[in-house]
Amino acid sequence: MPDLGKYALEVGLAYGASAVLLLALVGLSVLRAARVRRQLEKVEARRG
Amino acid sequence: MPSIWTFANPTRFMAVTQRLVPAFGGLAALCLIGGLIWGFFFTPDDYRQGATVKIIYLHVPAAFLAINAWFMMLVASLIWLIRRHHVSALAARAAAPIGVTMTLIALVTGAVWGQPMWGTWWAWDPRLTSFLILFLFYLGYISLWGAIDDPDTAADLTSVLCLVGSVFAVLSRYAVNFWNQGLHQGASLSLDAEENVADVFYYPLLVCLAGFLALFVALVLLRTRTEIRARRLHVLRLRERMADA
Amino acid sequence: MIRLILRDLALAVRAGGGFGLGLAFFLIVTVLVPFGVGPETARLAPIAPGVLWIAALLACLLSLDRIFAIDREDGALDLLATAPVPLEGVTLAKAAAHWLTTGLPLSLAAAPLGVLLGMPWPGHLWLTVSLLVGTPALSLIGAFGAALTVGLKRGGLLMSLLVLPLYIPTLVFGADVARRGADGLDPGTPLALLGAVTLGCVAGLPFAAAAALRTSLR
Repeated sequence: MPDLGKYALEVGLAYGASAVLLLALVGLSVLRAARVRRQLEKVEARRG
Repeated sequence: MPSIWTFANPTRFMAVTQRLVPAFGGLAALCLIGGLIWGFFFTPDDYRQGATVKIIYLHVPAAFLAINAWFMMLVASLIWLIRRHHVSALAARAAAPIGVTMTLIALVTGAVWGQPMWGTWWAWDPRLTSFLILFLFYLGYISLWGAIDDPDTAADLTSVLCLVGSVFAVLSRYAVNFWNQGLHQGASLSLDAEENVADVFYYPLLVCLAGFLALFVALVLLRTRTEIRARRLHVLRLRERMADA
Repeated sequence: MIRLILRDLALAVRAGGGFGLGLAFFLIVTVLVPFGVGPETARLAPIAPGVLWIAALLACLLSLDRIFAIDREDGALDLLATAPVPLEGVTLAKAAAHWLTTGLPLSLAAAPLGVLLGMPWPGHLWLTVSLLVGTPALSLIGAFGAALTVGLKRGGLLMSLLVLPLYIPTLVFGADVARRGADGLDPGTPLALLGAVTLGCVAGLPFAAAAALRTSLR
């Protein structure tokens, strides 16, 4: 672990907040992609 | 060499991007993990800013993408308005939430960085203010997409909004410059290297930038695929309801 | 087009509410400010130009949805779309009528309200001038926003979200003219820029608004 000195809080906060936002974005995108794909497959299967 | 317009066909687009999404996703993960680790663990502290320079690896790429995501939406909107390719309109829609997130990251990391360096979380500096305005434009654009039921109408109206919004975003940038002098430093990545950051910070920054860019491409493709599927789902459900009635 | 402006004016007067409400809103917002920040002239005078500009902007926003919504409801908009006047002209006429019923009275009412907020003397003049030059842009941007949201059932709130960011350049330059005027500086530069924004809006936005209207009417 590098020594962040007196700015540990700031740097940690910046990395933490960015990680949360990025992961939320990726997670939501992937979840919605999976959900829509499942629903579409269901409807297409029903159509035969 | 096929023309780029062949990808405007949704089926072709789906077939091609199926492999591209994991490819860009992998590239993004590789660059981001590599670049951030390089930046976080193996770069020295700045002699004036101390450890806070490490924020640059998030701040600059996010800001870069916040602007370029809007630019991509502008190009996609133009293509939709001129050539009426549905994939283009859906890509613009898919990019907006990513742009919002990037703007938010740039604002948050900037605020966290500004607190120790300038002694304040927020200042009404032209660059900061412009980003806040950009954030508002993104919100308006996304809300308009959400408010309209008919997909083609929504695509038309949001495209027009995107064009007008781009003009006004540039206008606001100059208006805000005129209105207040700034604390923010100049561009970190201009091509004339005079005021660029030092090399030790520069190379990991480039890697992070590539990572963010790859992440953006992967997410846009993934979300566009989702939008295309959602569109088809919508049509199929409508047809079923028609058949039932 | 002149006929259209006159028709809108007549409708606004007959329906009441047109200028009355906007002006009353402007007055009330201005009166609320001292309650919020305190009654001392030393505190009110420096913020007066900005407050009056923001109040004018909000008053303008209030009446925007009537630009197209009423005509849409009774079907007049569909007739206008098939009329010999192009939709761009219709938008321009509508915006002009909106300006005559809100922007113009607001500009004229701003000077006495400036007195209420303790603005120093030459400021009133420049405030009125800046509003006269800037409010046409507000009406045009508003017409564009109204055209975007005319097909929606609850478009009012969404329209504010779309329109207010577009108002930023006008507000920056307009309030700066008034502020410099009140401080006794030369307001020439922001006034020229404000005029440029307004003329740019006149030149470009009718096309964008007409495109949006055509889509909404389809």
